Amino acid sequence: MVLEVPDRRMSPEARRRAKWWFVNAVVVVYALLPVLWIVSLSFKTKETITDGRLLPREWTLENYRAIFGTSDFVRALVNSVGIALISTTIAVVLGTMAAYAIARLDFPGKRALVGVSLLIAMFPQVSLVSPLFEMERGLGLFDTWPGLILPYITFALPLAIYTLSAFFREIPWELEKAAKMDGATPAQAFLKVIAPLAAPGVFTTAILVFIFCWNDFLFALSLTSTERSRTVPAAMSFFSGSSQFEDPTGTTCAAAVVISVPIIVFVLFFQRRIVAGLTSGAVKG
Amino acid sequence: MAEIVLDKVSKRYPDGAVAVRDVDVEIADGEFVILVGPSGCGKSTTLNMIAGLEDITSGELRIGGQRMNERAPKDRDIAMVFQSYALYPHMTVRENMAFPLRLAKVDKETVRRKVEEAARVLDLTQHLDRRPANLSGGQRQRVAMGRAIVRNPKAFLMDEPLSNLDAKLRVQMRTEVSRLQKKLGTTTVYVTHDQTEAMTLGDRVVVMRAGVVQQVGSPQFLYDHPANLFVAGFIGSPSMNFVPAGVEEGVLRGPLGDIPLTDRVRRLLTEAKAPREVIMGVRPEHFEDAALVEEHARAAGVVHRAQVDVLESMGSDKYAYFSLGGERARSAELEELAADVGIADLSSSGAGSLVTRLSAASGAREGEPVEVWFDPDKVQLFDPSSGRNLTYSGD
Ligand SMILES: Nc1ncnc2c1ncn2[C@@H]1O[C@H](COP(=O)(O)OP(=O)(O)OP(=O)(O)O)[C@@H](O)[C@H]1O
Ligand SMILES: [Mg+2]
Repeated sequence: MVLEVPDRRMSPEARRRAKWWFVNAVVVVYALLPVLWIVSLSFKTKETITDGRLLPREWTLENYRAIFGTSDFVRALVNSVGIALISTTIAVVLGTMAAYAIARLDFPGKRALVGVSLLIAMFPQVSLVSPLFEMERGLGLFDTWPGLILPYITFALPLAIYTLSAFFREIPWELEKAAKMDGATPAQAFLKVIAPLAAPGVFTTAILVFIFCWNDFLFALSLTSTERSRTVPAAMSFFSGSSQFEDPTGTTCAAAVVISVPIIVFVLFFQRRIVAGLTSGAVKG
Repeated sequence: MAEIVLDKVSKRYPDGAVAVRDVDVEIADGEFVILVGPSGCGKSTTLNMIAGLEDITSGELRIGGQRMNERAPKDRDIAMVFQSYALYPHMTVRENMAFPLRLAKVDKETVRRKVEEAARVLDLTQHLDRRPANLSGGQRQRVAMGRAIVRNPKAFLMDEPLSNLDAKLRVQMRTEVSRLQKKLGTTTVYVTHDQTEAMTLGDRVVVMRAGVVQQVGSPQFLYDHPANLFVAGFIGSPSMNFVPAGVEEGVLRGPLGDIPLTDRVRRLLTEAKAPREVIMGVRPEHFEDAALVEEHARAAGVVHRAQVDVLESMGSDKYAYFSLGGERARSAELEELAADVGIADLSSSGAGSLVTRLSAASGAREGEPVEVWFDPDKVQLFDPSSGRNLTYSGD
């Protein structure tokens, strides 16, 4: 990062830019410092972990080796990826349909539907943990993938519906009429014209929902009991040092770094598809 | 190719608003018909019902002799050009134009040939691989036309296709549309609220007002024989002058002086059981500077002497504006017209006003009196309460 030093002779434009650089730098440092700290800790040896330096004096991959050496962590990673992807797919597909209906159709109970989904989003999840625990035990869903996927979908759907209906409202719906006049069935009009235009919204929503599922700790901790379905955030809390008195800081940080990677990949991958202004040129002169 | 028949077609929207009422129009195969009227009169609704984008509440729509009411838009085989063009922004010009053909499962080679042919006709060849966002308004408009013509539909529907273009381009594209329609010979229904487009483009014009068809006929017929005040005021630019007048023993008494009624007009008035108070309509172009009229024609006509308020010289003609003493002609239809077309521009004072179009050779000058002449046989008389043309001698 380059920090320009304000100069008396600078034009107002340059001074304004310098000010923005400074503000941006503060924000970025504030946000990234803890992350850098975690990365740094994950590369430190046991002996230097408490030395308080941002740059490790001695670099080691020991912590990474340790977490990948246990089947628990690898298994948790698989659970995390699987559960988050399945939940995201289902929530986005259902959310797309619901948002389409909300943006496009007038049907009785539309307001009620929107209201109820808002209600779900506002519901404190903590209060649902014990009932869900009891219900899932009764239904045999406790400590299974579906046992996590179901509540994730429940809480991700309102998010998906809201984000998507905001996007859908921006689509020039005259295009759908045009497609119908060009000989498309309603399904073809949706698939060939509306869906490509809605894609940026769908990808954005997918990212948000994926992050929500990936980061969840509460359900992951309380609705699982073994490595069968425990996801990484929950598994991490079960890390222990090699002896009772040893703190698992290094391995926890390494795990934290590892589980951030898929999110970054996911965002970078979909970001390319979020082409802003894709709908420009459809209408008017 | 097909004829389109609207048989007592009405549209009531779910909120109860009746947008179109009992429209009866028969459009012949290959005909170019214009739907014209002020904003909100139901033009788009009528067009959308023909297209199948809006359900028909009652009545029947037939295309090529077949009932269409229940058919989906895609099964009607008609193409539409939207006011907003509605181009697919994620497709190139080529893909936009090929879209209807691809949906119809036409083979690749034919698609390519047809798209390129349409592009040549519309002068779009060098833009085929660009996206709509990078095109000018006129080019987008042509792409929208191209998408409509590639698949030789039974009919074209166009909803104010030129209204987003600037004035010059609009005139250019108007000729283009007309040329294209003649060349293809496809039945076309064209919606506009611009009376110039209506007059210049169509074989026949359908004038609508508040969901009701006022009159159907060729542009010239509507101009010469408007069925009512509304059509008379809507067709023609500048609009017809309307002044109140009283019918008394063979003369028409009003702010333009006493006008002798011709035998034809007198006969029509008796037939129509005309009221004593009427609205007299004279088109601006039926006036002439009295000094430029031949002696015997002048004797047969009416001469009105007044002071010129404003004189606009257009080069080819001169427009002279006068204010008339007395009240302005009043009627519900005129109020609506004034609101929509703005014909009451000069007469906002409440007094009547008169617009005349004189030859460029006229010596009229602003602020000076001038004698204007008109032929009393060109005068049209209207019933102020119903708006009906009392001198209508159509058919
Ligand atoms: N979806 C709708 N629901 C209820 N009323 C409608 C709807 N669409 C149009 N209308 C009403 O129907 C009438 C006719 O509308 P329409 O769009 O056909 O007018 P138009 O002649 O095309 O006008 P413009 O020149 O402004 O496009 C208007 O009074 C309008 O308010
Ligand atoms: Mg309209």
